[in-house]
Amino acid sequence: MKRIYAIEKWCIDCKRCEVACKAFHSKSKDPVRAYKYEDNVPQPRIHVEGDLDLSVAINCRHCEKPLCVEGCISGALKKDPETGMVYCDQNLCVGCRTCVSMCPFGAVQVVEVNGITKAYKCDLCSDGTGEPGCPSCVAACPNGALVYVESEEGF
Amino acid sequence: MLDFTLPRYRVVRDEDLCIQCGVCERSCSNKVHKVEEDLGKVTAAHKSCVNCQRCVCMCPTGALHIENWPQVGNGSANWNLPALQDIAKQSQTGAVLLASMGNPKPYPIYWDHLLLNASQVTNPSIDPLREPMETRVILGRKPAKLVVNEREQKVITELPPQVKLKTPIMFSAMSFGSISLNAQKSLAMAARELGTCFNTGEGGLHRDLEQYGENAIVQVASGRFGVDPHYLNTAAMIEIKIGQGAKPGIGGHLPGEKINDEVSRTRMIPKGTDAISPAPHHDIYSIEDLRQLIFSLKEATCYTKPVAVKIAAVHNVAAIASGVASAGADVIVVDGFRGGTGAAPTRIRDNVGIPIELALAACDQRLRDESIRSQVSLVAAGSIRHSADVVRAIALGADACYIASSALIAMGCHQCQDCSSGKCNWGLATQDPNLTRRLNPEIAAERVVNMVNAWTHEIKEMMGGMGVNSVDSLRGNRLMLRGVGLTEKELEILGVKYAGE
Repeated sequence: MKRIYAIEKWCIDCKRCEVACKAFHSKSKDPVRAYKYEDNVPQPRIHVEGDLDLSVAINCRHCEKPLCVEGCISGALKKDPETGMVYCDQNLCVGCRTCVSMCPFGAVQVVEVNGITKAYKCDLCSDGTGEPGCPSCVAACPNGALVYVESEEGF
Repeated sequence: MLDFTLPRYRVVRDEDLCIQCGVCERSCSNKVHKVEEDLGKVTAAHKSCVNCQRCVCMCPTGALHIENWPQVGNGSANWNLPALQDIAKQSQTGAVLLASMGNPKPYPIYWDHLLLNASQVTNPSIDPLREPMETRVILGRKPAKLVVNEREQKVITELPPQVKLKTPIMFSAMSFGSISLNAQKSLAMAARELGTCFNTGEGGLHRDLEQYGENAIVQVASGRFGVDPHYLNTAAMIEIKIGQGAKPGIGGHLPGEKINDEVSRTRMIPKGTDAISPAPHHDIYSIEDLRQLIFSLKEATCYTKPVAVKIAAVHNVAAIASGVASAGADVIVVDGFRGGTGAAPTRIRDNVGIPIELALAACDQRLRDESIRSQVSLVAAGSIRHSADVVRAIALGADACYIASSALIAMGCHQCQDCSSGKCNWGLATQDPNLTRRLNPEIAAERVVNMVNAWTHEIKEMMGGMGVNSVDSLRGNRLMLRGVGLTEKELEILGVKYAGE
């Protein structure tokens, strides 16, 4: 499957990927509305860790054997058998944070939005289904620090 | 001391669009933007802004633009605001004003007064999409006579060392030190892809770039940084830099802060020491001395590389070019006064030298009059802005053009003229690892390749329109040019007829 890889050598800590991710996962898909006007504040699923000296974007690796899926108590986290994408069915998520403790990469966030606690993770810019789209973080990166390529890792 | 200087620019933020994401804050090495979380807004330190437009391009919502500082002058055309500001600055610092990039003053740009010809009725124009169009050029000495064995299809005449370019556009000298290694690597990668050459400048050839040697022109300047037999033999051509268009008559000074480990190793000087290029070469005080250096370099490379000599366009440029040709140079580079620099005294950049158009025309004519034009190639440099400038330069007699500012602009430069600060937000004119990282050579090289390919297409289109199918047929073909808005004298020097003639 195609996966997003972060290349720390070229990451410049601008965090445009976070803005793009947040905008894509908003109702309007517009950054101004997403940040300023939407009640149901959208959450970015990619986070740039570090500072100007050294930084890297952290997001889901869509593991071959995802620990988050293994740990999920409600069956919200699933790996699509067709596409290999790991995604979260928000209707089933109970916000127990097991996925957060299971994920070795820190790629899942559980956030309380308007009193409802849910897990948020990279869905490769799909509509929440198992079909990957065209990742907006990769498109927003000005320096080629995020690449979306066919990976040699297991499906 | 009270600071009399004013900000030059004003950062304007559309509050309706600003999402306080902080991309601008993290993008600015001049620390202009600040996300004030307690105030719920982003503020700007206008005075630190140099108008590099990095934040404008990076802002995800397009909330930013930069304006001129609105302070008016007193209405005097003589004591205008910039003149007052220069004095304010110097009265505080007591220092020579430093500037970067090319001469910004409103001197005439002769390119814009030269119009190109196109074929109508009596001679056919050529469609470059359907018919072959040759943009290859060969730099170096041309033999007086070419003997060919037609039966065996072999050239019998021994050809002097030459450089073949697929397009008449090369990248001019920008040293590692003045620009980042990533920037130079981008140009090297682009040059290889395009089948042309980049120029190392006077800062030596970094070991990572030795693999691009076939596309490298190595420079030997007055500081002789990084020069050894290996350096000379790695390259496609050697260039002796006598002068630079942006600062004729003076040398260079790369401050010690920019001499980090890599620059120090490449320049072969101690880390942290100032890299000073003297104004003259201390072993060249005459054409005869220049001849000695040219032949020393040829000797060092067993006569396998052409040797170029780069001179700034100054008052007696034609006579100087003639002397350089007779000194044994294979290529003469003439650099006009609008050429860029990483740092030059403002007064020199803005007031010394002459326009490349006039210098080029004068040099080509002089070399032709003396029947030595075929002994040398002529390369024009100094603010070639687009493909039409290249076509005009070739029609005025250039074999090829050097571009540098255009290549930098393709990589992200916005001509803010603040290179000398070493805080280039685009990762070009800096050695700060946090800033040089912003220039991914893969992306930058692609941009440069795209630009040069586009220019080459346009050159083919323009040549096709003229009914000319090769750069060689256009060279020195001044009948393809007509002047507008020029005086008799200007037309005479350019060797061009007036429009309508």
